[in-house]
Amino acid sequence: MNSLICISSVPDTTTKITFDASGKELNKAGVQFVINPYDEFALVRALEFKEKLNTGKVVVISVGEADVDQVLRKALAIGADEAVRIDAAPRDARFVAEQIAAYAEDKNFDLIMGGKESIDFNGSEVMGMVAALLGLPFVSFATRLEINGRIAEIRREIDGGAEVLEGSLPLVLGAQKGMAEWRIPNMRGIMAARTKPLTVVKPVEAKNYTESIKFDLPPAKAGCKYIDPKNVQEVVKVLQEKGVI
Amino acid sequence: MSVLVFAELSGGKLKKPAFEAASYASDFAQSQNLPLYALVAGHNVEEGEIKRIGEYGVEKVLYFNHPKLEAFVEPVFAGVLKAAAEQAGARYAVMPQSYNGRAVAPRFSVLWNAALISGVTELARVENGKAVVRRSAYSGKGVETVLSHGERTVFTVKANAYGLKPNPKSVSIESLDFSPAEKDFDALVSKRIEKASDKISLTEADVVVSAGRGMKGPENWGIIEELAETLGAATACSKPVADVHWRPHHEHVGQTGIQIAPNVYIAIGISGAIQHLAGVSASKTIIVINKDAEAPFFKAADYGIVGDAFEVVPELLKAVKAAKN
Repeated sequence: MNSLICISSVPDTTTKITFDASGKELNKAGVQFVINPYDEFALVRALEFKEKLNTGKVVVISVGEADVDQVLRKALAIGADEAVRIDAAPRDARFVAEQIAAYAEDKNFDLIMGGKESIDFNGSEVMGMVAALLGLPFVSFATRLEINGRIAEIRREIDGGAEVLEGSLPLVLGAQKGMAEWRIPNMRGIMAARTKPLTVVKPVEAKNYTESIKFDLPPAKAGCKYIDPKNVQEVVKVLQEKGVI
Repeated sequence: MSVLVFAELSGGKLKKPAFEAASYASDFAQSQNLPLYALVAGHNVEEGEIKRIGEYGVEKVLYFNHPKLEAFVEPVFAGVLKAAAEQAGARYAVMPQSYNGRAVAPRFSVLWNAALISGVTELARVENGKAVVRRSAYSGKGVETVLSHGERTVFTVKANAYGLKPNPKSVSIESLDFSPAEKDFDALVSKRIEKASDKISLTEADVVVSAGRGMKGPENWGIIEELAETLGAATACSKPVADVHWRPHHEHVGQTGIQIAPNVYIAIGISGAIQHLAGVSASKTIIVINKDAEAPFFKAADYGIVGDAFEVVPELLKAVKAAKN
């Protein structure tokens, strides 16, 4: 079973987000970029299948310029066999999906997985678009995946509960917590990653669907009004004003 | 040219996500002087139920009835949405950013050859024939302005970001002419729904009561649940609490959990790490109860009580109950 894991390079969750004066770019100074946490769940689950079945390979792919190589190396250190970087600054989700679909089209991956969303753009768009472009079934918000032969059983989160689905490979999935536990790469993995292949591929032409114009910070709070702990009646008044009670 | 809104059903009923999307779509259609259509797709949905979408500014419904549509089948819904958009002659489509909305929007946008802008928080404008809109990014730490270059554009509306705008209309129902491909039903088969609780959904909840490590242990959550129930609120928790399984993971709000934007967010015994704030800062009013006056959460709060949760929360519960009677 061969898996393709789609990885996005994102600012670490502890990052205080700021933008440059034009609002076009994130201030990257001092920001540590990591594998998008949801993508990492997908990666580890794919590695678990490979280890259990003792066959197949796990390929990681990212669309980006040379600065994303470090997260691809990290994915190799965690255990992926090969990395592929589509050499282009990602323009939007559709652009990224077109690149991944073009790469995957003739390679017969059994499983194409990424996170349910990236923690920078929060679009939940790329994996569903990859599925659409390749004409494959898609399950997002997947919290569990079991594979028996060619049959996959997937548990996904839905409004107010969970649903268990069954389908045949190949499939495209968006993973979230529950899928696997994150792994910390060990020294052997880090050493091995240096010699594993990281292939740089030219992007394919893709139409521009959307354009990011600028970023702003969310409006700041006016400041905290303190209420005496002995005076919870004040809180009740606030709740009444807001129409809660 | 028109606007299509996906009036999503949940258990055969129209719920808040559908009404919020309709509120958004109706205001947008009016601002652009375009007719508005809503798609309702399900099985034997009662006419009275379908017409409830008229409470939020919709006059024309395209209704698609199919025995297999009681379950949500993503590729089928993508096809139905495209057929509805074509029958309505739509240029814009508006969908709730619910689990199902987020799952189906990508394929729908590809099938319909449309731009997709997800998680919009404000009404879109149209400048020189192109839609411009603001959306939430960096898990709530930023706001992105996006321009559509598509001839068609799909928006998904972030839950609770736009709100409900009642605008009653009388509704006419037209049936949608479409035959989904059998293979789209068969690709993935629903085996069972593991749990579908009647509890208020966290993303849709108007009020959320959330607690963290300050509660000291899972056995102390009774008062949190009681306060939530009394307020008609959903319960949530911080990441550390979900990590040690004091509370289920699906209650975890924050950057790597669920992002919410309720009207009122009450945080009890949560210090307010940057990852937590990312997920809740879109809340309209934040009330923080924490015994540590230095807790970073107070900087993001509208109202703060520096006090021991084990003393303050029971008092608050008592006061809320008294006010309700």
